Amino acid sequence: MTGKRVTFSNTWLAALLIAPQLLLVFTFFYWPAGEALYWSFTLEPPFGGENQWVGWQNFKTVFEDPLYWNSVRISVIFALSSTALAMGIALILATFVDRQLPGYQAYRFMYFWPYAVAAPAVGLAFRFIFAPDAGFVSALNQWYPGIWNPARDGFDAVVLITLANAWSMVAYNFIFFLAGLQSIPRSLNEAAAMDGSGVLRRMADIQFPLLAPTFFFLVVINLTDSFVNSFGIVDITTAGGPARATDLMVYKIYSDGFKGKDYSLAAAQSLVLMLLVISLTFIQFRYVERRVHYT
Amino acid sequence: MARIDISKVTKFYGKTQVVHGVDFTIEDGEFVVILGPSGCGKSTLLRMIAGLEEISGGTISIAGEVVNDKEPRARGCAMVFQNYALYPHMSVAENIGYGLKVAGVPSAERLMRVRAVAKTVGLEEFLDRRPGQLSGGQRQRVAMARAMIKEPKVFLFDEPLSNLDAKLRVQMRIEIRKLHQRLKATSVFVTHDQVEAMTLADRLVIMNKGIIEQIGAPKDVYDRPASVFVAGFIGAPGLNLLPATVSSDSHSLTLADGQRLIIEPTRYPSLNPGPVTLGLRAEALNIRQGGAFVPQGGLKATFDFAEELGVGQHIHAEVAGSPLVIHVDGRHPFAFGAGLNIDVSPRDMQLFDSVTGLRITETDVPTSVSAAA
Repeated sequence: MTGKRVTFSNTWLAALLIAPQLLLVFTFFYWPAGEALYWSFTLEPPFGGENQWVGWQNFKTVFEDPLYWNSVRISVIFALSSTALAMGIALILATFVDRQLPGYQAYRFMYFWPYAVAAPAVGLAFRFIFAPDAGFVSALNQWYPGIWNPARDGFDAVVLITLANAWSMVAYNFIFFLAGLQSIPRSLNEAAAMDGSGVLRRMADIQFPLLAPTFFFLVVINLTDSFVNSFGIVDITTAGGPARATDLMVYKIYSDGFKGKDYSLAAAQSLVLMLLVISLTFIQFRYVERRVHYT
Repeated sequence: MARIDISKVTKFYGKTQVVHGVDFTIEDGEFVVILGPSGCGKSTLLRMIAGLEEISGGTISIAGEVVNDKEPRARGCAMVFQNYALYPHMSVAENIGYGLKVAGVPSAERLMRVRAVAKTVGLEEFLDRRPGQLSGGQRQRVAMARAMIKEPKVFLFDEPLSNLDAKLRVQMRIEIRKLHQRLKATSVFVTHDQVEAMTLADRLVIMNKGIIEQIGAPKDVYDRPASVFVAGFIGAPGLNLLPATVSSDSHSLTLADGQRLIIEPTRYPSLNPGPVTLGLRAEALNIRQGGAFVPQGGLKATFDFAEELGVGQHIHAEVAGSPLVIHVDGRHPFAFGAGLNIDVSPRDMQLFDSVTGLRITETDVPTSVSAAA
């Protein structure tokens, strides 16, 4: 519908209106990304001076480091499990709200709240709730001493950050699932009911297949989000420990760069992470969007 | 087989009542059309029979069994929806066979039955297509096939033809009628299109504002509408309605402009003097060409315009400040504002109470109705 687009005849006014946004994007995305690109192919001399060009050396160091692959492995496990958990819970909640059980308006409202809570706050809340000695979960330790301690047990720590991350993403997924469910014409559900299909069968045969576009969209968004936006939770709850058990890719970039002061290695890692996110997005737009839509 | 008894059925949405105590019976194998304007409660009633809406009060029984608390699947009905409601992610064959699949019919038998049904509606070549790749008429056929395949006791149609273009609508109407003649299943068809209703129905149920205005055979309803509402709704055009006053001796009617019409005293022996509504069918009126105007057996009207129908014309005129439509067979080149002399036979005059809108019953019964009854 290009014919209906409003056009500015005044180019200067248009440029002026766009400028603040361009400035923001440039300052906080293109500039740092460019710097990272530069750093990832150079080395900073320890006693000052111009950066030295080292080619692929930084990437080679990163890929040869077993600690990096440990971080990749944990990140993938973390991303997959928190995505599955967040989407599963959101889908269940959305189907309940979609069936308009009593009080669903209130639920619809409340389920969205967690999305407005910043990641560090989520981390802090989960750190308290799941504290092995004083939190709600400490009761578990009373019955089975030592069963839960994310500060000492790596598995417990991964469970903790996965839960926190999933909890914070449920709200977003819920809204999309609910919108998707409500965009399915009611008459389809009714036709299936007339065809003899019960509630669960209708979900499996009619609602979930028609939800596929929403589903794949959310898978990509959730995975991307788990890879890049989990820093706040990890930093507050476990700080990458114990013994690097929760050393996610994004957290390792931070600790190598800002604690280890090795900007070059951190830059190389962030470039790898960026490529990963770009390829996920590419898959979303190129294949998934086209495959799963029905007319 | 399946007779449907609807007894004192009401429907509330919150505090709003949309169906006000509806009572009627649909005989086994009968084709009943529920006709009414949008919002009259006809679709709600159909959906209550189907089990898609809860019944607020009264009972509905199918084949002698009260179904109020039964799930849709336990009622033995199949339904064709207005927007077809085909499953967009399934092929035509899967759409038609879904009901059988749910019922656990083995896939070999299912395929056979799908093929057989698809053949009867002319869809064999499209079994692998998705609904999105079909035309409106083909989608309609898929919806019909999906309803047919389970060999239901009752067919429910919720305005199934309203999304089709005019030509296709006539064609599908004929196919639905043929289908009913072959299957003889009890059918309930909801529509707001009176032509569709008249042509399809064994019996018409006319609803307005949640109540039944009239039940009867199409011809019966057309000849003797029970109320002003039915009179205006049935027929194309609807009955001409003119305000009039019955004279003190009950022998004549006076229109708003003083024109008088004789009432046949044998038809209305005990008519109360006072205001009434006079109903005249466009097809029962005659424009007198030449000759003298008969003062009390006709009306003087003013020509407005003519609508061409092909088989004739609808002459739109004005009489005593009200519009009047006259059906004529030939062509009449009248000028705007020309005076028309219209013959009105006392036998064609229908009277309605001016307050309640109900028909004032006459003593004689037209031959066509007595034959139907």
